[in-house]
Amino acid sequence: MEDIAFYIFAGVSLFSALVIVFSKSVIRAAVGLLGTLGGVACLYFLADANLLGAIQLIVYAGGTLILIVFGIMLTSQSPWAAFQPTKFQAIAATIIGLILATGIIRLVTMAPWKSRAAEKLLTQSPAVKDVGESLLTTYLVPFEVASVLLLVVMIGAAYLARTEK
Amino acid sequence: MLAEIGLQHYLVLSALIFSLGVLCMATKRNAIGILIGVELVLNSANINLVGFSKYQTGQLDGHVVAVFVILLAAAEAALAIAIFMNFYNNVRTIDVDRGDELRG
Repeated sequence: MEDIAFYIFAGVSLFSALVIVFSKSVIRAAVGLLGTLGGVACLYFLADANLLGAIQLIVYAGGTLILIVFGIMLTSQSPWAAFQPTKFQAIAATIIGLILATGIIRLVTMAPWKSRAAEKLLTQSPAVKDVGESLLTTYLVPFEVASVLLLVVMIGAAYLARTEK
Repeated sequence: MLAEIGLQHYLVLSALIFSLGVLCMATKRNAIGILIGVELVLNSANINLVGFSKYQTGQLDGHVVAVFVILLAAAEAALAIAIFMNFYNNVRTIDVDRGDELRG
């Protein structure tokens, strides 16, 4: 049951990623990104990462994607405007992508991953509480740095996107 | 049916999505298409983190780091869109090949 679900969600994610790469219009790529983000969120739920799946759906699919769609609306002359790469660029990029994919897949399938003893693996879904506790104890410094970063990004984005007088 | 789902399934899926993201970044000439490629790459990194967390370490560290990655992706998208709008105001297009003012 679990492996069927994995293959379905992985298939959805991969198909949507292919739509992103090969679609001519950027709005279709944004819709493909929605499919990939949703499929990956389902994979998170499958891998017992409840909080992460929820965050993925809320922040990514709900926030970042809307931001991207707004960006498309504000910056394209027509919603179907498309710029195509030259034939040489497309061929070179495809070759590099194929080399990357085969190389990484060969590496990860050949590497001797030592699986830990079964009792150390995540057997039941971890409580959201545990992630929150670890955020506020072990990872307190990155957490605070991230909040400062968000403030800086907020000010910076408002400054960059202002209209010139 | 294929083998039982393990770490390598997650790693292979992540490798494929990573390559597609790099391909997207390399082929798109629309700046927002490139941003979408970056999001794909960050998502593939998160799949790796979750897979290692479940099958390798059994700890929650991977989940916490993935939360930070999502946070950084959101911040990066906000800034990138602001820069693209500035670019669009100056050049009247979103085609990145037109942003060649610094070319010697």
